[in-house]
Amino acid sequence: MATTKKKQPAAVTWPAEIFKTLKDADIAQVSYVPDAGHTDLIKSCLADNHIKTTRLTTEEEGVALSLGAWLGGDRSALLMQSSGVGNCINMLSIIEETRSPLLMLVTMRGEWGEFNPWQIPMGQGTQKSLEDAGVIVYHVDNPDDLAETIYAASQIAYNTYRAVAVLIGQRIIGFKDWRK
Amino acid sequence: MAAKKKITLNRRDVVSRIVRDRGDMLMVTGLGSTTWDAAAAGDHPNNFYLWGGMGGAAVTGLGLARAQPDRRVIVLTGDGEMLMGIGALATAGVAAPANFTICVIDNQHYGETGMQETHTSHGVDLPGMAAAAGFAETATVWNKKELEATVPLLYETKGPVFVAVKVNTDAVPMILPMRDGTAIRARFRESVLGDRAYD
Repeated sequence: MATTKKKQPAAVTWPAEIFKTLKDADIAQVSYVPDAGHTDLIKSCLADNHIKTTRLTTEEEGVALSLGAWLGGDRSALLMQSSGVGNCINMLSIIEETRSPLLMLVTMRGEWGEFNPWQIPMGQGTQKSLEDAGVIVYHVDNPDDLAETIYAASQIAYNTYRAVAVLIGQRIIGFKDWRK
Repeated sequence: MAAKKKITLNRRDVVSRIVRDRGDMLMVTGLGSTTWDAAAAGDHPNNFYLWGGMGGAAVTGLGLARAQPDRRVIVLTGDGEMLMGIGALATAGVAAPANFTICVIDNQHYGETGMQETHTSHGVDLPGMAAAAGFAETATVWNKKELEATVPLLYETKGPVFVAVKVNTDAVPMILPMRDGTAIRARFRESVLGDRAYD
C-alpha cells in the first residue's frame, strides 16, 4: 500500500503575496486553467474589480490571450499547472516572434514527493520544454522567495518584452494527501 | 444537409466588403488564407496578421477586446484555424465581451496544405457551436444578399458575435502582408496606443 506523508508549509501566506505582487506589477488581465495550488490566487483575482479574469479551456489559449492583451495595452499573467505547459509549446512561438511579454505562473506537479506516476513525464519535462521554447524560467522552492521572484519575473517580462515563467515548486505547494 | 448547399461567394470579395466599413475597428487575422485576404483587401496598421500559432486567432482577439473595450475587435480567420482552437468558443462565450466578433471565412478546406476537407465539409456547424457556447449573435452567410445584411452584425451588434461566411475554393492571387512579427506588433501597438506603445 502506498503511503504519503503530509507536510504543511509553516504558513500559507504565499497566494496572498503573489496577488499583491501582481497588483504591484500592474497586471490588468489574468487567465487561468485551475490548479489546486492556485485556488486562493484565482479567488483573489476574481474578487478584484480591476483585474479582468478569463477562464480558459486549455492553457495555450492563455498564451494567445496574453499577446492580444499586450496588443491592446494590458499587462497580463497566465496561471496553470505544469501539465498545461506541454499544451503551450507551439503557441509560445507567437510570443517570441513578436517580442511580446508573457508572465506564466506554473504550479508544479510530478516532482517533490509526487504520488501519481502519470504526473512525472510532464513535470520532469516542464522546465526543459519551456527553455527550449525560448522562455526564461525561475524555479522556486522556498515560499519566502516566491513574491520577490514573481516581481522580478514580471519586470523582465514587461521591461524587456520576453516570456518568463515562474515554476512554483511542489515543495511549496505541499503534498497531495491521497489518504483523504 | 446545409454543408452541401452550392457556394458562390469569393473569399476576396467577402473580405473586401467587410473591411470597407472598418472605421476604427481592430482586426486579428488567422494563420493562412485570411491573413492573405486581409492584405489583398488593403494593408492597415489596425490589422494584426498572425503567420503562426494556429488555433490562437480567436483568443488573441479576445485578449485585445478585453484590453480595448471601446473599440470593435474582429477576428477574421479560417475554418481550419478556428477548429484547431475550438475550445476558444467556450472561453469567449463565457467571457462575453460586447465588442467582440469572430468572422470565419469558411471554405470547408485546409487551403494552405493541399485543400484537404475540414470538418465543416462534413456538416460541423461552427455558428451552432458558438451559439451553444453562449455567443449573443450567430449567423451563417451563403450569398451576397445575406452578406450585406450581416455586415452590420459584425460591427454593431452587442457581442460576442460569430459569423461564418461560406466561400468557394476558387484560386485567388497570393498577396502577402508584412511578416516580421515584431514589426507587425510594434506597428499595431503604435496605431492603437500611440506613445504608450513604447513604455
